Amino acid sequence: MASRTGEDLVIDAKELCLTFDANDGPVHALKDVDLSIERGDFVSFIGPSGCGKTTLLRVIADLEHPTSGSITVNGMTPEQARLERAYGYVFQAPALLAWRTIQRNVGLPLEIMGLSAAEKAERVARTLDLVGLDGFGQKFPWQLSGGMQQRASIARALAFDADLLLMDEPFGALDEIVRDHLNEQLLELWRKTGKTICFVTHSIPEAVYLSNKIVVMSPRPGRVTDIIESDLPADRPLDIRESKKFLDIAQRVRNGLRDGHSYE
Amino acid sequence: MTGALSRVFPIATVVAAIMVVWYGFTVYLNSPWQIEQYEKAGIEWQMEDLVRDTMAHDRPILPAPHQIVIEIWETTVEKKITSKRSLIFHGGVTLSSTLLGFAMGTILGIGLAVSIVENQAMDKSLMPWIITSQTIPILAIAPMIIVVLNAVGLSGLVPKAMISTYLSFFPVVVGMVKGLRSPDPMLMDLMHTYKASRWQMFWKLRLPASVPFLFASMKVAIAISLVGAIVGELPTGAVAGLGARLLAGSYYGQTIQIWSALISAACMAAILVAIVGVVSHHTLKRMGLRA
Repeated sequence: MASRTGEDLVIDAKELCLTFDANDGPVHALKDVDLSIERGDFVSFIGPSGCGKTTLLRVIADLEHPTSGSITVNGMTPEQARLERAYGYVFQAPALLAWRTIQRNVGLPLEIMGLSAAEKAERVARTLDLVGLDGFGQKFPWQLSGGMQQRASIARALAFDADLLLMDEPFGALDEIVRDHLNEQLLELWRKTGKTICFVTHSIPEAVYLSNKIVVMSPRPGRVTDIIESDLPADRPLDIRESKKFLDIAQRVRNGLRDGHSYE
Repeated sequence: MTGALSRVFPIATVVAAIMVVWYGFTVYLNSPWQIEQYEKAGIEWQMEDLVRDTMAHDRPILPAPHQIVIEIWETTVEKKITSKRSLIFHGGVTLSSTLLGFAMGTILGIGLAVSIVENQAMDKSLMPWIITSQTIPILAIAPMIIVVLNAVGLSGLVPKAMISTYLSFFPVVVGMVKGLRSPDPMLMDLMHTYKASRWQMFWKLRLPASVPFLFASMKVAIAISLVGAIVGELPTGAVAGLGARLLAGSYYGQTIQIWSALISAACMAAILVAIVGVVSHHTLKRMGLRA
């Protein structure tokens, strides 16, 4: 594991607060969040809805702005990081453009970056292959299943070639079987590419299976209640979920979630 | 029932029902005058005489459908296109100002919609006026448009087309604004994470997303353009166009001529809307959208 030097910190948040002004008073979406994520980490954010996990991800992506506290992404402000195109973002829904083929959807960020046609084609082919969608490039989104659409949106985030991947409940809308399959693929992808991945989920098994670090959050105000370092081996077949070690970590996550709730 | 039959049958049923009611009213509405004629001439009449004769008036209160069909046939197929009595000639005059007005209205509508979506000041200042413009009865404003444009030396096709434009830009603005604003916030966020410029956001996201909305609006716009063209022909004492035929028909009590012009206008509107529908279907299909 890399040492904790400034250079290796991809995300560094200190006393991060974000308050929304709602009609019936302020909503503390994030309160005093301290978090550091190292290069190559797979970090899951887990918690009930309203705990600010998506908000935190959006702050990292410069889609929301913190009220107070500090946060750096790759040593820069989130805005600088966004302008440097430091991350790929995967949304809850595939968010594919209906009028573009899969190939042209994956190529969209590259088009905006102004890459040459040749490089674009090469990267699109490579990332489609990476998510197991080679041969589907000419299809339109509606011709693909939900799971395939979400894979295409992951390919689009990967085509970017950023070292950081932000994923907001990407498999939340998919059924269990497809989800297992995509979890395996994602893990494989992480091992192959060595990217840093921030992954929002509300599924305990998913979080434990995928991550080497689990950030447990609780709502009202949204805050981090526990950060669990997982020491599961890098090679994780699906049946690791039956192992004692896995269940112990899952238990700790569950306790963390329960503690968070007892504040109410 | 399958295929074409299942589509044709319901329509045919409605048409048949309309025909029955129409013939019924033809006899009913035209009979007082006819009976008067019988009494004047001291003729004994039967019901079948009444039915036959009420459908053969020169200036009926309500012409029978077959009279209108015969009139349309005589003034289209049997007349030279250059003749002042040719319905094709008059239809062509109306069609040309309809199409010009529709084209100008669509371009104006798209332009206004883009400026409204891209500029908040335009949104606040223009939208109320655009809505107000449609609350003024077109019959009231049409003569003034014609007169004013005449005073500045514009006459003939353009003033009539302007009235079509006045009517047809509205659905295009409303539909196009909705279309340009239709992309999901998630897609806007996505473009944001790519550091997409405003121009890229517009060109790659907003504009393609608005195409289905645009076509839906254009279907309304082209039909309303035809109405505008006909209304534009009414107050000016225009000598050509379907509107002029309507006006001349009503001056001289030529109800058959009025109805044949009306039916022709309705058919023309149906064909124009159908053409926009076909273009829409193919465009959306080519874009990969399920049309």
